[in-house]
Amino acid sequence: MSSIEERVKKIVAEQLGVKEEEVKNEASFVEDLGADSLDTVELVMALEEEFETEIPDDEAEKITTVQLAIDYVNSNLD
Amino acid sequence: MARRRVVITGVGMVTPLGNDVTSTWDGILAGKSGACPIDTFDASAFTTRFSASLKGFDPEPLLPAKDARKMDLFIQYGMVAGIQAMEDSGLPITEENAPRIGAAIGAGIGGIGSIEFGAATIASKGPRRISPFFVPGAIINMIAGNLSIKYGFKGPNISIVTACTTGTHNIGMAARLIQYGEADAMVAGGAEMACTPVGLGGFAAARALSTRNDDPQAASRPWDKDRDGFVLGDGAGVVVLEEYEMAKARGAKIYAELIGFGMSGDAYHMTSPPENGEGAAQSMENAIKDAQIDVADINYINAHGTSTPAGDIAECKAVKSVMGSAADKVAVSSTKSMIGHLLGAAGSVEAIFSVLAIRDQVAPPTINLDNPEEICDLNLVPHTAQEMPINAVLSNSFGFGGTNGSLIFRKV
Repeated sequence: MSSIEERVKKIVAEQLGVKEEEVKNEASFVEDLGADSLDTVELVMALEEEFETEIPDDEAEKITTVQLAIDYVNSNLD
Repeated sequence: MARRRVVITGVGMVTPLGNDVTSTWDGILAGKSGACPIDTFDASAFTTRFSASLKGFDPEPLLPAKDARKMDLFIQYGMVAGIQAMEDSGLPITEENAPRIGAAIGAGIGGIGSIEFGAATIASKGPRRISPFFVPGAIINMIAGNLSIKYGFKGPNISIVTACTTGTHNIGMAARLIQYGEADAMVAGGAEMACTPVGLGGFAAARALSTRNDDPQAASRPWDKDRDGFVLGDGAGVVVLEEYEMAKARGAKIYAELIGFGMSGDAYHMTSPPENGEGAAQSMENAIKDAQIDVADINYINAHGTSTPAGDIAECKAVKSVMGSAADKVAVSSTKSMIGHLLGAAGSVEAIFSVLAIRDQVAPPTINLDNPEEICDLNLVPHTAQEMPINAVLSNSFGFGGTNGSLIFRKV
């Protein structure tokens, strides 16, 4: 089983159409990886599906970087 | 003031015979059929189990997979055809000319596959799983929209939706915009990808489709006594239209001039034409009047010719009534015998065949025409293409709702 970090990065790469090696922890979805507002909505949906969870909209808005996504998953899953 | 002239300077298409203009046109002139059994979904429970769909379509490299993923297939088809047409035309887009360049590209049905997928997602996973790209990935005007974003066209951006006349109306009305002075160049056409369970099932339920499942390549047989409906086709056709003086000044390659456009409504029935073809005749007459030519100047007619029992006869009657004594000389063929019926893309793909007929001085064939109806006593170009002098071509499209359109192209 891959680590949470690997799974998050794989989803980010797939959703945003970038290479996995470009998906650095500090990368911002919008500024570094070329996402627009709709991309980020769909990215959160993909994370919800992968980790079988629901991310409330006010939490989702705060997930703007790869690291923040990893942190969210780590702190909301057991 | 003299009317501004409009010429075609770029063409692009993806069709059941090939994913570009050259391979498609080679297939057309060779009389090949693009019909095949459906393998994109389980069609075993359908009365029709074949279609004329694309083979090996890959949006890349023209359209990056990252962008294509957010688009229904009909949009991907239209984008690829549009990019091909732009590259073919060599039309430069600058800060100065961008507000004078627009797009008019439609579809008959639009993103039906995406809508089916969206409905299935709601049913199985609930509303939270609907993609934010569902709407912009499915609606009809997104080929015109996405192309304008890619190239920076800031002129008119529209999509005319008129069933199987969509491609013809978009090209005709785009040309009018150039004539009127609203734009100097327009990228125009249509796209379709309706070979999905609901699309196929709907047309089958309307008894519009051929059920010749044992021999799909012989199923589209316009004017033949054994025809039994049309063959559902997918694809896209897009042209670049330019004001003539501008095209000439930049040394553009000019395929042909669009000299006439006519429209009409049948005011008759949802899916059938009037038996005497009067709506079709009116559309052709309006185009001829617009072109200010004599009927005898038309050498070739690319017919709507879908291979339906009623439509083929009505169009034949219309051609004979409009052409009068010139009907004996004109060549009339249906390229739908080879690529099937591309619905919203049909008119634009066939407009391109019409200008290529002028370029190469050859009338494409009507394949599978073994036993023509007696009443259709025209040169229907059976089986094989005919080389002939072609100066002017008329192309017809007729759609559900009784919506008709005709375009006339002439050699420059």
